[in-house]
Amino acid sequence: MQNSTNKPLSLFEKIWARHVIVERAPGPSLLYVDRHIIHEGSFHAFAQLKERGLSVKNPKQIFGVADHYVPTTSRDPKDAVTQEVTEMILKFDENMRWSRANYFSMQDPRQGIVHVVGPEQGISLPGSTLTCSDSHTSTHGAFGAIAFGVGQSESCHILTTQSLWQTKPPCTRIELQGTPGPGVSGKDIILALIALLGTSGATGQAIEYCGSALQTLTIDDRLTMCNMTIEAGARFGIMAPDDTIFNYLYGRPFAPQKALWDDAVNDWRKLYSDEDAHYDRTLSIDVSALSPMVTWGTSPEQALPITDCVPDVRNGDASTTAAMQYMGVTPGQPLDQIKIDRVFIGSCTNARLSDLRHAADVLRGRKSCIPGMVVPGSMDVKRQAEAEGLDRVFIDAGLEWREAGCSMCVGINGDLAAPGERVASTSNRNFVGRQGPGVRTHLMSPAMAAAAAVTGRLSDVRRLHKE
Amino acid sequence: MRAFTQLQGLAATIPGKNIDTDQIIPARFLKRNRTDPDYASYLFHDIRFSDSNDPDPTFVLNQPTFSHTNILIADENFGCGSSREAAVYALEAFGIRAIIAPSFGDIFFNNCLKNGLLPIRLQQSDIDILARADTDTKNRLDQTSEPVSIFVDLKACTIRHTQSGTTFSFSIDPFWQECLLKGLDEIDLTLSYRSSIDAFEAKHLAATPWLTHADT
Repeated sequence: MQNSTNKPLSLFEKIWARHVIVERAPGPSLLYVDRHIIHEGSFHAFAQLKERGLSVKNPKQIFGVADHYVPTTSRDPKDAVTQEVTEMILKFDENMRWSRANYFSMQDPRQGIVHVVGPEQGISLPGSTLTCSDSHTSTHGAFGAIAFGVGQSESCHILTTQSLWQTKPPCTRIELQGTPGPGVSGKDIILALIALLGTSGATGQAIEYCGSALQTLTIDDRLTMCNMTIEAGARFGIMAPDDTIFNYLYGRPFAPQKALWDDAVNDWRKLYSDEDAHYDRTLSIDVSALSPMVTWGTSPEQALPITDCVPDVRNGDASTTAAMQYMGVTPGQPLDQIKIDRVFIGSCTNARLSDLRHAADVLRGRKSCIPGMVVPGSMDVKRQAEAEGLDRVFIDAGLEWREAGCSMCVGINGDLAAPGERVASTSNRNFVGRQGPGVRTHLMSPAMAAAAAVTGRLSDVRRLHKE
Repeated sequence: MRAFTQLQGLAATIPGKNIDTDQIIPARFLKRNRTDPDYASYLFHDIRFSDSNDPDPTFVLNQPTFSHTNILIADENFGCGSSREAAVYALEAFGIRAIIAPSFGDIFFNNCLKNGLLPIRLQQSDIDILARADTDTKNRLDQTSEPVSIFVDLKACTIRHTQSGTTFSFSIDPFWQECLLKGLDEIDLTLSYRSSIDAFEAKHLAATPWLTHADT
């Protein structure tokens, strides 16, 4: 599918062109939003709607999922961390009833983290535009969608107009070559890329991933990579959909059904970048050269291979010094000597079934020497993990097995670490105070977090696999 | 939305690259309504206040000369991270109307525009001059101890350092400039295109029906 002038187009440009309602060049165009997902934080957007006497335009295209504030110890809103949070969850129930939109409440068997539920329920589709009032919405780009996070005012705008003013972003193409070695997952690739680009290295841009390595990555690894693309400042991560994605989507509740399925797949096969499509920047990395990664600082860009040491910078800039101070690490300290107090396996980045399998593979028959929790990304993931006996692996290792939710990634449901504690976390942000005041977060893959649980320090999972 | 045309202000400098929205407003305050009378105190809360809630006298916004600050001068990638619009609500509650930085977090930048708060991208060398213009001896952003008096003119896209008269120009997308200058309500603007949206939707639905209509 090329435009009338036969100008070669990138995947992103093709999907963009299909969704422009009003073009106002230069500047933003009015873009149609196919599907919009909201969570409990939407009370601001609903307050705006109600105050202005507006309604939800297309409730069938809106999906509410309770994830940010829900307790992971039970499925009863009354068990939320405080009465205020209980009321917030109930307010979401009320707003969702008012909107008549699709709703996965905390008691719904389909509930989970928005970015896990979207793909799982077939809400995230190739060729679509998908928004959510959460920065990690770039996740869904792994299915060949234009997917991006919005604020509450933008969410309100989408709820009532099913559209948003957006400026077409510059596009960076990242070619992934080679085959990842043992112990190297999508999380390690994206951490390495963020370290390379910097946390503002792609601000506002779309990053299209391509290359031979992509085809060999599992859907879960692809989702993890698009998920954390935002941590390089980008608004969008996108990957051309392939048979792996089509097969995954077949039969999912909100994916095309019956006669529409074949039409949809025929259309999806046209979703690739034309040869000679224009990119503002192209770079290539060899993933076979990568090692398992961990972060040592307070920004996701402060990531290094586990075999490395904390940067030996004694007179660095103020931000680096502040990060080292907060994290309690010293210049030149070997990363695998850093002791860990707690482990968190969960989040929209790394709580899908294969993530839990990777962690369980490390923990099977071993004990965690530190406390921690495993929080499945959705109730569906939870059921599947239990059917495989993964829950027993975690419980036998001494970890807690919880209900689905955002949990300790954002810490607003009360799942927090204690001040000063150091956490091996599969989440996406190691910001100051992210997992509780004074808490130090090291980001890594599920297998690496499991390795840290076994040894009580940051550890190279490849060594444990050899034992 | 409140219009933004011109602003005479006093600026405070917030040092540090990559100040994320978790620092601007910690997650535990996100459940609060914007009408909460304490909202301004949530701004930079865990940097501004000790564990026992005492203001840190070294933090710029706690200093008496900065109590009427309405402009922030920040470093690279200010407002990166979470999409929480509450970061903008907290800045607004404190009285901040404009932020000058070399670059901003993407979603934060948009959230500012939707709330009548002007994010100004200015190159680092200009910011250095602006922050330093008060006194020659101060050559680092984080050593500024007097508010910088600034005049912002959105129509002309200029920032003037009022004491020295030095003027810098900045650029902003004309669409957002117009929205801010007129205090245009974006939803009203979009609804004026309702017939275009409906026509598009009918065509779009016919071409790719699976995107919009899922019945389960």
